Amino acid sequence: MKSGSNLERVLESGQFAFTGECGPPKGTAPKAVQKKGELLKSCCDAVNVTDNQTAIVRMSSLAGCMLLKEIGVEPVLQMVVRDRNRLALQADILGAAALGIRNVLCLSGDHQKFGNHPTAKGVYDIDSIQFIQMVKTMRDEHKFINGEEISGDVPFLIGAAANPYADPFEFRVIRLAKKVSAGADFIQTQGIFDVPKFVEWMKMVRDRGLHEKTHILGGLIPIKSVGMARYMRNNVSGLSVPKELVDRMADAKDPKEEGVKICLETIEQLKEVEGVHGIHVMAVAWEDIVPRIAEEAGLMPRPVV
Amino acid sequence: MIVAERKPMEEILAMTEEFDRILVLGCKGCTTVCCAGGSREVEELATLIRMNRKQKGKTVDTLEASTELQCEPESVTPVLERLANQYDVVLSMACGAGVQTVVKVLPDLRVLPALNTNFIGVAEEHGVWTEVCLACGNCILGRTGGICPVTRCSKQLLNGPCGGSMNGKCEISKDVDCAWQLIIDRLKELGELELLEEVFPVKDWSAGWHGGPQKIVREDLKS
Amino acid sequence: MNNFEPLIAVFSCHYCSYAAADLAGSSRIQYPPNIRVIKVPCTGRVSSNHILRALECGADGVYVAGCLEGTCHFISGNFKAKQRVQHAKNLLSQIDLEPERVQMYFMSAAEGARFANVAKEMTETIRELGPSPLGRNKSE
Repeated sequence: MKSGSNLERVLESGQFAFTGECGPPKGTAPKAVQKKGELLKSCCDAVNVTDNQTAIVRMSSLAGCMLLKEIGVEPVLQMVVRDRNRLALQADILGAAALGIRNVLCLSGDHQKFGNHPTAKGVYDIDSIQFIQMVKTMRDEHKFINGEEISGDVPFLIGAAANPYADPFEFRVIRLAKKVSAGADFIQTQGIFDVPKFVEWMKMVRDRGLHEKTHILGGLIPIKSVGMARYMRNNVSGLSVPKELVDRMADAKDPKEEGVKICLETIEQLKEVEGVHGIHVMAVAWEDIVPRIAEEAGLMPRPVV
Repeated sequence: MIVAERKPMEEILAMTEEFDRILVLGCKGCTTVCCAGGSREVEELATLIRMNRKQKGKTVDTLEASTELQCEPESVTPVLERLANQYDVVLSMACGAGVQTVVKVLPDLRVLPALNTNFIGVAEEHGVWTEVCLACGNCILGRTGGICPVTRCSKQLLNGPCGGSMNGKCEISKDVDCAWQLIIDRLKELGELELLEEVFPVKDWSAGWHGGPQKIVREDLKS
Repeated sequence: MNNFEPLIAVFSCHYCSYAAADLAGSSRIQYPPNIRVIKVPCTGRVSSNHILRALECGADGVYVAGCLEGTCHFISGNFKAKQRVQHAKNLLSQIDLEPERVQMYFMSAAEGARFANVAKEMTETIRELGPSPLGRNKSE
């Protein structure tokens, strides 16, 4: 076992994993994190805590992870390279390891121009792939990026993000291969709405044998209104929301029910795709729907390994 | 070339308000080429300052001149000497290097920047300039098809693109090309796409400004 | 305001608008005496600095009269003039002067009447705006 985390054990046992996400508050109340944690506790193998997502300042991911751990939820520490240089990244990895956090997701981060501090300096000392490589070296060789020895273990399951829909399409799989060779043990993809394109991407992934070298979890974003569907289609770079989906939400008598239906349909389709080892649900501002989705998708109870 | 832009008039008028004899000093180098501080722009700025002062019922004496390369003391000194004692302040229309050279040559007078120095760049077409080099001190253009990801990728990725690249454009704006899309396209054309399959190692930022303000010494050239 | 007589500088190109001015003259079409015509080979010769200097030297208004779009003898001189007139207007706004004091007009050599009408129109516009805030004193 690389980390001994629950997520690793579920994935290594060959079972279909189910992870969730929790955005920390723009404040200091522990309850804001723990309430979401309680909702996701029984239906998720692990829960990601986002890191200043969309470049909006929130309680740090590390703190959020500890708050989840306190109530018995296994956290996934999301870390972006936008806000920290290699010194701070390594220091935080050591700190997280010391605090018992065992899963890390290495990301670039949305550009600071989008966020609520657009005049800030973006750090970008190393990129996300170099970050993955760095954590792997810390874990497997007990070495800092400068070659010096680290005392103690750094047992992390290393994750990365992948976007089957971003351009250039043909290059995405090469980039995924780089992430895997750099050391990504698991991948969480961007939200999947266009299933056929995702299937096409997975075929390219399998052609390279990547599905056997890393665990791919398909991303899922439950939509609760046509406004949300439209916003994501038009304003969120990296998301591919087909027009038919927007129309379907527009015509729905009960948009929330339709949203749940779409999720469940997508999950069933993803279960059939060879190489998909689980689902990562990003229920933005709708965390309370996740237990129901897990239940109705036949993913309950979660395995105890 | 170094690309700069004139500061907002408001700011320039405020900083020159207290002076009655202003030398507006242009540069025949970079700021002429990017139409920010050449002799035409010197005439324009000096005229606007005089017109503004006239409106307020006051007067101002402006001198208009340009140096060859304002970053070279040898270009600056003769111009300033020729006009000595005729001005109380120099309003420089050169880049930051030019302004600081004038200060060195004239330590006893106020020197004000009329421009904001923006970047090292090129003209895409006349009237449109883009940033292409960040002077990182560690050039990798040979490995990226001649396109600089340190400057042109908004996140300075060396193993790009990120997930925000859409239709060849960067996530920050539809007006910004995704540098990694450009690199991939170019390397594909050159048949060198496998160059990108290796993980590009972390960058040594200390070769540039991050290692401290840079200095180059050529012993073979020093007198 | 009623006894204010505007002083207007006109940059006029040899091939079109100056010819139109001649035609207006020989056809005995009256136009205001407020304009001072400066002949240029092509309005593309006019820079935004010329426009600013005309105002600084005491003009209450300035206009550039070039060929009809597509018929410039030097192909695109009138197009450049149009851009520079717009640039001059932007600069005037930046120092709190009315951009309406500067205009661009297009006309053909055959349009004597148009030349006269434009002169009338601009004179009235400037009369409304009032004397230039820079005063009439000639500057150097």
